[in-house]
Amino acid sequence: MRLIALTIKRLARLALVLLCVALVSYGLMMASPVDPVDAYLGPQMAQVSPEQRALIAQRWGFDQSPAVQFGHWLRQLISGDLGWSHVYNQPVSEVIGQRFQRSIALLGSAWLLSALLGFSLGVVAGAKEGSKLDSIISTYALITASTPAFWLAILAVLLFSVTLGWTPTCCAGPAGVLNQDVTLVTRLHHLLLPIVTLALLGIANITLHTRARMLELMRSEVATHAFAQGASRIDVAWRHGLRHASLPAVTLAFASLGELFGGSILIEQVFTYPGLGQATVAAGLRSDVPLLLGIALFTALFVSIGNMIADSLYAVIDPRIQPGGL
Amino acid sequence: MLTIDRLTLQLPYYADGYTAWWKRRWATCLDAFSLTFSPGEVHAVVGASGAGKSLLAYAIMGLLPTPARLNGQLYYQGKPLDASRQRRLRGRELALIPQSLSALDPLVRTQRQVAWAAQRAGQPSAHAWHASQQALTHYQLDARAQQAYAHELSGGMARRVLTAMAHVSQARLVIADEPSVGLDPHQRQRVLGALRELADQGKTVILITHDLRHALPIADHVTIMRGGKLIETAPSSAFQGSGAALTSAYSQALWLALPDNAFATTTISRREQETNVA
Amino acid sequence: MSQPQPRLRAAFSLGVATLLVVGLAASQWLLGDSPQQMQFDARLAPPSVEHWLGTDALGRELWARTLAGLALSFWVGCLAALLSTLIALSLAALATLSARLDALVSLLIDTLLSVPHLILLMLIAFALGGGTQAVIIAVAVTHWPSLARVLRAELWQLRQAPYVRISRALGKSRWFVLHGHLLPHLLPHCLVGALLLFPHAILHEAALTFLGFGLSPSQPAIGVLLADAMRYLSGGYWWLGVFPGLGLLLMVLGFERLSSQLRRAL
Repeated sequence: MRLIALTIKRLARLALVLLCVALVSYGLMMASPVDPVDAYLGPQMAQVSPEQRALIAQRWGFDQSPAVQFGHWLRQLISGDLGWSHVYNQPVSEVIGQRFQRSIALLGSAWLLSALLGFSLGVVAGAKEGSKLDSIISTYALITASTPAFWLAILAVLLFSVTLGWTPTCCAGPAGVLNQDVTLVTRLHHLLLPIVTLALLGIANITLHTRARMLELMRSEVATHAFAQGASRIDVAWRHGLRHASLPAVTLAFASLGELFGGSILIEQVFTYPGLGQATVAAGLRSDVPLLLGIALFTALFVSIGNMIADSLYAVIDPRIQPGGL
Repeated sequence: MLTIDRLTLQLPYYADGYTAWWKRRWATCLDAFSLTFSPGEVHAVVGASGAGKSLLAYAIMGLLPTPARLNGQLYYQGKPLDASRQRRLRGRELALIPQSLSALDPLVRTQRQVAWAAQRAGQPSAHAWHASQQALTHYQLDARAQQAYAHELSGGMARRVLTAMAHVSQARLVIADEPSVGLDPHQRQRVLGALRELADQGKTVILITHDLRHALPIADHVTIMRGGKLIETAPSSAFQGSGAALTSAYSQALWLALPDNAFATTTISRREQETNVA
Repeated sequence: MSQPQPRLRAAFSLGVATLLVVGLAASQWLLGDSPQQMQFDARLAPPSVEHWLGTDALGRELWARTLAGLALSFWVGCLAALLSTLIALSLAALATLSARLDALVSLLIDTLLSVPHLILLMLIAFALGGGTQAVIIAVAVTHWPSLARVLRAELWQLRQAPYVRISRALGKSRWFVLHGHLLPHLLPHCLVGALLLFPHAILHEAALTFLGFGLSPSQPAIGVLLADAMRYLSGGYWWLGVFPGLGLLLMVLGFERLSSQLRRAL
């Protein structure tokens, strides 16, 4: 019962937050100095007479007040119509669907890899505080936490693609080959470097967080008591540490989906990987307002669900928040 | 059984204020402290907070924070008790019942924690599980409490779980750090009774407390500490009447200041009085 | 004893950081227009004794451009972190005034946290039409929520504190309570928060500029340098891609270390 009420409350909150995201991003688009008719016309802007411009404005509703336009857009949105992307000449929902399919392989595997590796490294570093291994892991994590994502991607391209020639420099498949003809192995070959780069960046955060949790535990009274029972550091880390560090790590992994997505935008840009991130940049640079709005909403949904899971995990798993007791 | 020979302990600190704020200073927490504990008895170590009682416990266990400076020698069963021997004997020969209830892992069920203590003392895991159940039952913790998490236990129950963890290890030296704090009289009786029982089995029990009244009924010997120094060690029978059998003025004052002895505060300052009324 | 002393170490790295900042600020005057000076006889020259970090496609010295870019990043980061802290502080204070305002502020926080930072940055930069000001505002507007959350929680806790309630009961004005009791508690949080924001602000500025939404391509920003370098990657002109990013990494790392040591010492 309690769980159902909690879920309903969280879903209502999610809907409210998404509505606010829609409002804020639409407001930002309206505030933009870019003329919507110019953006729609693109390079043909000069060949169009003022009368035609007025006609276009009327056709797309640009001449109405912002509130009316927002209401119109919102109604369409609820009926499932996200608008038309003039950059890709496709409905926005189709663009997002296709692009996300490609991005999910990158995002998902980088996410899993960084969560698993980050957690293990953090546990090892925290359990062996002050050792050589700890200082190597901590230094690595501190450095990658301060590394610009796109620069790391550039370095990776320079080293593995340009100098060593192990991996392709660009795209999701070889040039000139149709998308459906690309084999799985080729796909993976093209994905390998972006995944590793994105994961390397994600690892730092989880490692540092897990290590801090482990240190906190190793200095706690629980650990002192365990040491008094004759436990070794490994024993304490294994029996007590894993329990205390795993929930925060999982929570952090879900809460950092936004950052992961931000990183994927940069990395797709460097590797010219045709995913959702690259579409975002194209939409922004070429003033494709419907697509930009659609992506903002879609990623907000994606990130909010992650945040929601992160918030709910403690309530579901941590025994201290369980109802009942003696 | 355990002999402490001129133990001196210093811990670092930073002075507040503006003169030389970057400089680390050393505070002396135990000052040339010497004492011997014998098997089969409860030896109470009594002193105000800050007298160095808990640090004494951690020094014996070898669990002091790393920047501590330690001088002097410990002997356990005649042989020097150095860091490596402490590491070997912890949990098997030496056991600590910690002061804080947060020493129980909040994410692990009671019985599992007790079983871990048994395993750490060298028992095979199947036997440890059985032993943990026995120990918990011995301390009147029912099946429900055995499967509970720490936050679901009352203060007295948690204290008995901690005692069971020391008991299950079959250690021959048990240090109980303030086991009577925060318990109602009935629970306190139960916990202190459990310690007396351990001593009657031939173990050495060091009872660390700030409250002389709680220590006297079960202790064989009482050591009074003040400011890291040993004031006096006396049999608990010396604490009676006007305290004439006590040799130091401080212990006499401490004894006479107890509520039952009419709060005599003639020879003791107000600050020291707070020690045993608290 | 030769064990490390945390307070001494923090004082030392604070000194080093101050020197670096002064050097960075001074370099802007010392460099003059050398970051923009073109040498047509030395285009795409590799690192050597004459061209320390090599030159770009227009024969401009990479070391001068990198240094100028770092100075630019530093100022943008400073202003954005400062602005962001101010927004966080004022919204957190606003949230404590009434329950309705509090709900509004926390809804705003949730809204901003649910959009990936980089997309929000792009939206705001798009709305403001790009340029230095737009970047500063965009970074400031996106980075305040996490600090505001901390400050809001702290303020709620402080409001429940007995001495604050007694002060109110004694008839002290809201302003007095805010100024006399609450601000002294919040300022250390703000300082640490601003220090923590700063590296993020710099990294996001560079990312935004790299994608083409930030500083104008005519400025020698790190993001611009690296976006330029992208075009020459396959030609093997590695220095264009390596050095500007390395400079940025070192600067961010330096400030990250400084803030963590300060936190430990405080």
